[in-house]
Amino acid sequence: MTSILTYTFKNLPSSTWALRFSLRPLSCSSQLRAAPAVQTSTKKTLAKPNVRNIVVVEGVRIPFLLSGTSYKDLMPHDLARAALSSLLIKTNVPKEVVDYIIFGTVIQEVKTSNVAREAALGAGFSDKTPAHTVTMACISANQAMTTGVGLIASGQSDVIVAGGVELMSDVPIRHSRKMRKMMLDLNKAKTLGQRLSLISKFRLNFLTPELPAVAEFSTSETMGHSADRLAASFAVSRLEQDEYALRSHKLAKKAQDEGLLSDVVPFKVPGKETVTKDNGIRPSSLEQMAKLKPAFVKPYGTVTAANSSFLTDGASAMLIMAEDKALAMGYKPKAYLRDFVYVSQDPKDQLLLGPTYATPKVLEKAGLTLKDIDAFEFHEAFSGQILANFKAMDSDWFAQNYMGRKAKVGSPPLEKFNNWGGSLSLGHPFGATGCRLVMAAANRLRKEGGQFGLVAACAAGGQGHAMIVETYPK
Amino acid sequence: MVASRAIGCLRRFANASRTLHHCSGYICRNFSRSSALLARSHINYGIKDDVAVIRINSPNSKVNTLNQELQSEFMEVMNEIWASDQVKSAVLISSKPGCFIAGADINMIAACKTPQEVTRLSQEGQKMFEKLENSPKPIVAAISGSCLGGGLELAISCQYRIATKDKKTVLGVPEVLLGILPGAGGTQRLPQMVGVPAAFDMMLTGRNIRADRAKKMGLVDQLVEPLGPGVKPPEERTIEYLEEIAVTFAKGLADKKISLKRSKGLMDKLTSYAMGIPFVRQQVYKKVEEQVRKQTKGLYPAPLKIIDVVKTGLEEGKDAGYLSESQKFGELAMTRESKALIGLYHGQVLCKKNKFGTPQREVKNIAVLGAGLMGAGIAQVSVDKGLKTILKDATLTGLSRGQQQVFKGLNDKVKKKTLTSFERDFIFNNLTGQLDYQGFEKADMVIEAVFEDINLKHKVLKEVEEVIPAHCVFASNTSALPINEIASVSKRPEKVIGMHYFSPVDKMQLLEIITTPKTSKDTTASAVAVGLKQGKVIIVVKDGPGFYTTRCLAPMMSEVIRILQEGIGPKKLDSLTTGFGFPVGAATLVDEVGVDVAKHVAEDLGKAFGERFAGGSLELLKQMVSKGFLGRKSGKGFYVYKEGVKSKDLNSDMDSVLAGLQVSPKPEVSSDEDIQYRLVSRFVNEAALCLQEEILATPAEGDIGAVFGLGFPPCLGGPFRFVDLYGAQKIVDRLRRYEAAYGKQFTPCQLLIDQASAGKKFYQ
Repeated sequence: MTSILTYTFKNLPSSTWALRFSLRPLSCSSQLRAAPAVQTSTKKTLAKPNVRNIVVVEGVRIPFLLSGTSYKDLMPHDLARAALSSLLIKTNVPKEVVDYIIFGTVIQEVKTSNVAREAALGAGFSDKTPAHTVTMACISANQAMTTGVGLIASGQSDVIVAGGVELMSDVPIRHSRKMRKMMLDLNKAKTLGQRLSLISKFRLNFLTPELPAVAEFSTSETMGHSADRLAASFAVSRLEQDEYALRSHKLAKKAQDEGLLSDVVPFKVPGKETVTKDNGIRPSSLEQMAKLKPAFVKPYGTVTAANSSFLTDGASAMLIMAEDKALAMGYKPKAYLRDFVYVSQDPKDQLLLGPTYATPKVLEKAGLTLKDIDAFEFHEAFSGQILANFKAMDSDWFAQNYMGRKAKVGSPPLEKFNNWGGSLSLGHPFGATGCRLVMAAANRLRKEGGQFGLVAACAAGGQGHAMIVETYPK
Repeated sequence: MVASRAIGCLRRFANASRTLHHCSGYICRNFSRSSALLARSHINYGIKDDVAVIRINSPNSKVNTLNQELQSEFMEVMNEIWASDQVKSAVLISSKPGCFIAGADINMIAACKTPQEVTRLSQEGQKMFEKLENSPKPIVAAISGSCLGGGLELAISCQYRIATKDKKTVLGVPEVLLGILPGAGGTQRLPQMVGVPAAFDMMLTGRNIRADRAKKMGLVDQLVEPLGPGVKPPEERTIEYLEEIAVTFAKGLADKKISLKRSKGLMDKLTSYAMGIPFVRQQVYKKVEEQVRKQTKGLYPAPLKIIDVVKTGLEEGKDAGYLSESQKFGELAMTRESKALIGLYHGQVLCKKNKFGTPQREVKNIAVLGAGLMGAGIAQVSVDKGLKTILKDATLTGLSRGQQQVFKGLNDKVKKKTLTSFERDFIFNNLTGQLDYQGFEKADMVIEAVFEDINLKHKVLKEVEEVIPAHCVFASNTSALPINEIASVSKRPEKVIGMHYFSPVDKMQLLEIITTPKTSKDTTASAVAVGLKQGKVIIVVKDGPGFYTTRCLAPMMSEVIRILQEGIGPKKLDSLTTGFGFPVGAATLVDEVGVDVAKHVAEDLGKAFGERFAGGSLELLKQMVSKGFLGRKSGKGFYVYKEGVKSKDLNSDMDSVLAGLQVSPKPEVSSDEDIQYRLVSRFVNEAALCLQEEILATPAEGDIGAVFGLGFPPCLGGPFRFVDLYGAQKIVDRLRRYEAAYGKQFTPCQLLIDQASAGKKFYQ
């Protein structure tokens, strides 16, 4: 009943907007920061009857580093452990309160395939707290968070730690299948004769190693290649891509210099110096960037090393609670986690269009429009991918012919988009990016003012995710 | 099985003609800065910066063909471009997705009356392309879709080639399949471009080369990946993108930023070095010629002339090469073989259309009964095209064997890299194997391929009709049982039809569809639609014993037995038949088909048609069956077959069988040529009877059925084309002569007699 009422209320925005405008006829952004009374009434619309409100209490990440730099001798669980213990210190949460730990990761280290558990044990969490690891390509951490949301919403848990980790400095490189088969058969061989006959079958090509696939399994196409084709499909030029990448680096640099990246925690690397900040931010110039050769579609493609996200090591972690629990424990939450969606589409030609599909869906679910969003935090896999998504979101033709929608959702206004940099500049440890996006949205809403943030990301396999983050009233 | 090998070459027609169906309407965009837009119908061009973009888009056609109109418009445009100061380079592109230029206009050649006329056409083409080759402004050919024959010759005259890397983009010179040669400089340019061995391979097989392979061969310089949807449909944007890239390269070439020199691999360098040695070249010519002679038995003049022309060009220089090319082109265009092959091409295009219209319901789910060789084969070609298919068998062993056959068929494509392993798994998932009738309530069509026994067919028909929905078509895959007999127990005979596939189903292109008087038009339309989806060339015939194909084959087989009885050994018989142009020798054919099957058919049709089908003694087949000599499947027939051994020896145990049944030959009709004509004339006579009795609707279907289903010599173009080219009177005369020796089996049918006396032709 209330929801119907509030819905009608929402559908008459002109009056409330007019009220807000009349109150603070200032700039667009400051007006949002201003009216707590109105904010409260609108905010309740996203709370659902009989569903618990879920809040982010705090989130941290160790600095994201170019792979092959300071973290290169560590293992994934080392990074995850660092993020987890920082979270413990920063929040002071009693370890026995944590009901469950979930981590996302993409390229698994076989020794620690449940990296969540290995890291939690070392980080000082209770050994009575179960932990599991999820994988969903670049939205693995998002999956970890939403899994936690599900556990809280269904009343199974009250306090969840979610996070993600990726260590691209080291990847599992295997023996070839033939070699593995021979080694396994050797194990079973009982007599010397059997062993010798097995060894006699050995051929030098058995020693060719098997690298982890950088290509999509279903299409055998690498992601960069697909991104280049996607950019071409939407006629995104090389210059546009370079300009966007440069913007990302400049904004990241500015945010870093101004100390806005408050989720970053220092990490004392064993045997090395303490790392305090992301090291992939390198604002260059368009001229410099124009010199680079295409990295995937040679010799005429548009995706280059400079306008793609780079291989990154890093980990993030986040404390998620039921609102009542957090308040009872005396925490001041940062944001609500609201509606979220997962989408998937053609992994060949639309591999990286997840945000395009997810955005209208999540907005619709939350009863919002693009205009209601104050902070956009999209995962930047490639400049070309972001710009292609913009064009797709801004195309009625695409919405009608491929998404089965009546009209386009619209392209996010650039002034609200990834204002503190993105994956292109800050880095993209596959499994850990999701938490960074949510924390960036939450922190930006608090800093810049505004109520709703939209987080969206694409992922290998042609999947995508979007979530509404709502700032917690101060 | 064996027939497929020779017909393999003809399969490629299909690919060429298939492109005809793919081209959808594409409206050419207007140029923002178009300069010279004169009223041209095939070509327009505009200028982007300093690059002229020439777009080919023949009106009212799904493909672009190099006809005279297009050529003259093109040269007009080129002359303007060469004269313009504004233009520094050019891009040549088609506005039709799926087709760059599908080749020269066949009708243009067919309209010529003398070799000199054709030679002149060739020389005009040569001159035009030579001008392009020497163009002072670089021309980039942007190729998307089929680039065949004259289209490829045009492309290789340009300075640079960029091709879309998709499945529709194929390059090739299929002229040899039409009995002619690449007559616009292709025989001279290709060896320069891809090396002599690869050029021979292309020109002698006519094979289609996919874009990625063409890049490796050096036939194209750059590849462009096909794009997905953007703010426009994928095909449209892909062509636009191809154009954008081509323009970039054209600029680069004009500014000399891009070099025309291709970096060659070690193998290429070695090959071109070796081909520089006259002795090696001579060896290559000799070797290739030997191989061609062995494969064509001298029945096809085109391949030998191609070798000759290439040789002339390489040994005596360009001018001699061009001259020889145009002359030989003229000569070939006038040959019977070329006319026969071109006729087959037209017939095939015809048999790739559904003249029964669109069926009311699209068939999406099919069920195949019987997981034997045929059943599994039918399942394979169905799942391949996205049809959800149930494969049902009576036993788990039979079913597993069938499923494995389908998997192997798909996996072989993975090995050949025409499918990825993921695509294989996805396709294989369309197949459900089961032992019961579960899910048949959703079937739109059931194709039964159970053992050839009327009682069994009746049993499954009745069972199936209990479980299928009202709209479901029941198709019977049988090679000889009359469909109306099968339909006699049906509750809904209008839904019963015959679909006669040929083994191996995934290789043989023909599908013979048999309608009874009760079969509804919509049922026929459904069957044809499914067959076309399965990639088949389809003939639709009326019901009757042996339908068309089996019926034509039976009298010839009877003659085979008589010839064997007359003391001609299987090996000699085989060489006589292959020497006439059959892809498989007659004795081998019996082994391949299965002696028991041959006996079965001979008995059935013998009963139905009486004396006309007599000749050889059925006793021979009966004795072979009783001794277990069933042909390849049992390891012994006329020959002995061993797993993994290709060469085959005669089955010595057959000597006594043959000796016991020997009859004395009639010397007046037992020359090698007479033996060949005894076989062929009985075939042709029976085919004509089928047309006379309206089993066949058109002679074209008769020719396609005979060539693609039975291996009738393609160089003769099928029984009806053969009568036209050889002369009906001569055939009748021959038949009369054999009739005098053997009697009624050779009595010419009324239709042939009429054709001969009126001097009429089956094809006008």
